[in-house]
Amino acid sequence: MTDRAPRRAALQAALEARILVLDGAWGTMIQALALDEAGFRGARFEAHGHDLQGNNDILNLTQPEAIQGIGRAYLEAGADIVSTNTFNANRISQADYGCESAVVEINREGARLARAVADAWTLRTPDRARFVAGALGPTNKTATLSPDVNDPGFRNVSFEDLAVAYAEATRALVAGGADIILLETIFDTLNAKAALFAVESVFDEVGFTLPIMISGTITDRSGRTLTGQTPEAFWYSLRHVRPLSIGLNCSLGAKEMRSYVAELARVAEVPVSAYPNAGLPNAFGGYDQTPAEMAAHLREWAASGLVNIVGGCCGSTPEHIRAIARAVAGLAPRRAPERPRRLRLSGLEAVEVAP
Amino acid sequence: MSGSFVNVGERTNVTGSARFKKLILAGDFDGALGVARQQVAAGAQIIDINMDEGLLDAEAAMVRFLRLIAGEPDISRVPVMIDSSRWSVIEAGLKCVQGRAIVNSISLKEGEGEFVRQATLVRRYGAAVVVMAFDEQGQAETAEHRLRVCERAYRILIDRVGFAPEDIIFDPNIFAVATGIDAHNDYARAYFDAVRRIKATLPHAFISGGVSNVSFSFRGNNVVREAMHAIFLYHGIQAGMDMAIVNAGALPVYEKIPDDLRERIEDVLLNRREDATERLLEAAERHRSDGEVKAEVTLAWRAAPVRERLVHALVNGITDFIDADTEEARLELKRPLAVIEGPLMDGMNVVGDLFGSGKMFLPQVVKSARVMKKSVAWLLPYLEEEKAAGSGRRAGKVLMATVKGDVHDIGKNIVGVVLQCNNYQVIDLGVMVPAAKILEVARAEQVDIIGLSGLITPSLDEMCYVAKEMARQDFHLPLLIGGATTSRIHTAVRIAPNYPEAVVYVPDASRAVGVVGQLLSDVNRPPFVAGIRAEYQGIRENHAKQGTGRRKQTLAAARANGAKVAWAGYQPPRPRALGLTRFDDYDLADIARRIDWQPFFQTWELAGRFPEILNDPKVGAAARGVYQDAQEMLAQMVAEKWVRARAVIGFWPAHAVGDDIHLYADESRRRAIATLHTLRQQMVRDSGRPNLALADFVAPRESGVADYVGAFAVTAGLGLDAKVKAFEAHHDDYSSIMAKALADRLAEAFAERLHERVRKEFWGYAPDENLANEALIKEAYQGIRPAPGYPACPDHTEKRTLFHLLQAEANAGIHLTESCAMWPAAAVSGCYFSHPESRYFGVGRIERDQVEDYARRKGESVAAVERWLSPNLNYDPATLAAA
Repeated sequence: MTDRAPRRAALQAALEARILVLDGAWGTMIQALALDEAGFRGARFEAHGHDLQGNNDILNLTQPEAIQGIGRAYLEAGADIVSTNTFNANRISQADYGCESAVVEINREGARLARAVADAWTLRTPDRARFVAGALGPTNKTATLSPDVNDPGFRNVSFEDLAVAYAEATRALVAGGADIILLETIFDTLNAKAALFAVESVFDEVGFTLPIMISGTITDRSGRTLTGQTPEAFWYSLRHVRPLSIGLNCSLGAKEMRSYVAELARVAEVPVSAYPNAGLPNAFGGYDQTPAEMAAHLREWAASGLVNIVGGCCGSTPEHIRAIARAVAGLAPRRAPERPRRLRLSGLEAVEVAP
Repeated sequence: MSGSFVNVGERTNVTGSARFKKLILAGDFDGALGVARQQVAAGAQIIDINMDEGLLDAEAAMVRFLRLIAGEPDISRVPVMIDSSRWSVIEAGLKCVQGRAIVNSISLKEGEGEFVRQATLVRRYGAAVVVMAFDEQGQAETAEHRLRVCERAYRILIDRVGFAPEDIIFDPNIFAVATGIDAHNDYARAYFDAVRRIKATLPHAFISGGVSNVSFSFRGNNVVREAMHAIFLYHGIQAGMDMAIVNAGALPVYEKIPDDLRERIEDVLLNRREDATERLLEAAERHRSDGEVKAEVTLAWRAAPVRERLVHALVNGITDFIDADTEEARLELKRPLAVIEGPLMDGMNVVGDLFGSGKMFLPQVVKSARVMKKSVAWLLPYLEEEKAAGSGRRAGKVLMATVKGDVHDIGKNIVGVVLQCNNYQVIDLGVMVPAAKILEVARAEQVDIIGLSGLITPSLDEMCYVAKEMARQDFHLPLLIGGATTSRIHTAVRIAPNYPEAVVYVPDASRAVGVVGQLLSDVNRPPFVAGIRAEYQGIRENHAKQGTGRRKQTLAAARANGAKVAWAGYQPPRPRALGLTRFDDYDLADIARRIDWQPFFQTWELAGRFPEILNDPKVGAAARGVYQDAQEMLAQMVAEKWVRARAVIGFWPAHAVGDDIHLYADESRRRAIATLHTLRQQMVRDSGRPNLALADFVAPRESGVADYVGAFAVTAGLGLDAKVKAFEAHHDDYSSIMAKALADRLAEAFAERLHERVRKEFWGYAPDENLANEALIKEAYQGIRPAPGYPACPDHTEKRTLFHLLQAEANAGIHLTESCAMWPAAAVSGCYFSHPESRYFGVGRIERDQVEDYARRKGESVAAVERWLSPNLNYDPATLAAA
């Protein structure tokens, strides 16, 4: 871990110099592997008492070669940052597969696999270092809303449950060598606050910090998160961790996402990230937007000074990332606005108090 | 919102609100949510939540309440202040809020270790923090000690915990003064001093405090206590206080506190004399609630030179001496124009500045305009004599009109007055003005700007038409759009594309001056117009992108989720008499007692709840002034019968048939004489709540249950026109607007009074109902009286059916315009429903399938229905037609 400081400096320098490119979808690529139940189980989980097909994160343990192949493909396409295959690798989500006890290992291996491919590419392109973002997904529960319409005060997950699960995953991602913690696809800001609470606690434990990328998801064209916050309110809820970047991903295609990215770009004092889906899902749940179409949108965002980090979410492939990397190459990164010092608070909506 | 003093709502605090405490102790969380909701609706920017009560499990209550709030978007849209003296309660609360909250409070009381631990957690939970000036030695008392503790906390928070300074709010201790203990004499002064020094030495930090402590020694004498709070806040804000947790409902206005009391309180608060406490105690005896000493009207200003007197009269809205003063100024300044350009303009500039900076409010400005107009009227003959009626003097000419078919003009008149105050010439064409007339006058008078106003939905279409006509006739004037039904989005999407010149939406009177100023400035106009164009283009693009609202469901699905009223075994009450009952010359005094004053203040653009608004630290003075004038005029209106109140009500046997309601001639229920068409909520409901239509509250035909429906039309505006014209002839817009606003209130109160009598007598299903006026206003009774054009029944054309049934023109003297506005404007019409489950709701947005179904039921074209219901469509008819 001795090279953590220079890598962090390289990341900062790159972010100031150009628009960075994040990888694309992992789920889409894993689906394309067309693994069957046996493929997911591998030898290690042959006797596991629960079906594992669809547990993409377990592949870090059972199909490490294939997972590294996906990471390599994204780096080859031009990604600066490769994320770990750990979107559901927390004990709350893994309970669906009875894999809670494997969570630590899945995360550590996920980070280690990505670290290896990123380092290999850094050696090949030494003027352009590659980074590993340790991914924390939203879990499949919400701390802000009641799942029971007859009891609005009920919750099926608590802040503490979430913080424990996120701390466990974060510790393992850090141990596996992640450069960045990427909290993504946030639909409930309270879940995210629990996650960030856990991440900062882990930083205290290990005695150093990593940069944090935060990415929320706007559920539909209401322009709000699932739990009802506007993008500005969402930012105010989370900016206390002084993240490396704030942004949006998933749920929407680039066309639909633009105005919300623009809203964040207006209010955020830190770099802005955006990795939309490859358009909206078609009738079969697939995504039709071509690499050229998606890249054209993101290029326009870059040219309009909205973004610092771009990439793809559901439906995007290495070809999409290649087109995006080309499209934004040479365009200046967004400059964060100078904002006056204000007490910035939020409920579902943002409030500013000036002295 | 920024740059203004923040009142933190304190009613969701068990230590601050007896009512809230009672609800929470009784486990009535629904009721407690209602308190929170009211508080937010009344304008609280932040709500303080405190459950520190000995009988409560404060942690559990805090968690439960915050979780319930999370499911109530109309409450959770604002940030919360999590208030407890116990850290465990604060931490439990922090784990429940997704937004960025404020913790109230932490301190150095238990030493740096605990302070740092708690502060680190506050920051990690993502909250701002209130810090009490309290350290290991106790609560800081001197200014030096207060500053020292705050400075120490500030440095620790920033240097060691990583707080941003703007996330720190200090509470530098408000203690009781005038206690008889000499050591306490300097507490308040030290607070102000500490505030000033904290502000000067600890940049970006905020100051807050709970004010009621200061007056602890005067328990039992609320007059003095409240005066002390108001004066304390006045000096606190001057010193730099940014927010306070206060009972804003019990604050007198600083300027209205009797001089002797104010002086003695200030002696105490500022520690100005040795005997301050004795003197205040003595004055307090004279200022008890029972024998309150009235403030004397001071005429000291009459001693000043005439120029200053004119300015004073303008700023304070005093007409008593205006003719004599104007004449004196004219003689002194030799020329009438010099009076206008000198003292009158000076005064109006002061008024303009105060209004612009939020220190004066609309009613006061309108009063100033009255003074101005009266003074100018006095000068007019001399001006004409001099043939110097300076047309070049005017900054610009604005033509204003309420569009054809619409009769509402209070807002437009207010805009007109405010513009005149700012030296613009206003040509007001009144109400129901056809496009041709507007454009003809605009041309003849060579106006600079046209402003259109409207309150009812069809006016939106008429405005589009005026815009098209302006384009066709090659006008190049800016067009302003305003009025209750208009919106920025409608202006951008529907009106602006019809006219290539500037089209600008003006949300209220206070914005009008700025907009007109920009548009008439050669320098500012191009960038202003370009900015508006870009903004509206963005709105149009967004609108086109969004196309429609959120998730949709079919009308069939919405109907399947209608209200499930159990009709089997239900016996609807039978009205005592079917058919019509007329009321003429109804007792105005009886109506006036039932006025709901809340909307009255909205008319005057004063934000706040009645009656608390009368003591609001910001707008209280303005609110009290306009309220007192209203009481005086109302008394005169009643005594001198300025208006005649007429009404007609009726009841008929009825059944619901689908979403329609059939009304029958008699109990045989064979001959239908009218059909009321109702609209159904069509939004997707996840919460198990039904998709309501008014028809749900009437027994369906197939149930075999014999039900009834009533209808009413009332007015309190007959005869008002003559009175209004008389005021306008005397250059008294203030009284003219006041009279209209009061007539509106009387009409609403009349509707409310008749509804009460319907419940008790005419329909008679609640003969024993006995509710106070407050409860009536809150609609705590059985049955509803929805009105066409309002949320439960957004289609104005239903008024035609009602008017026909009621023969309202013959029976109540109310007439319907082609746009279904009622004339006189002070009128209300609607239906009566009696079922215990009937309630008010908003239809909200509806889909094309319902519009088609509704058009078929009404025998109207789809296009006509879309026009009348345009604000309620969840789709864009233009895009649908093009597709």
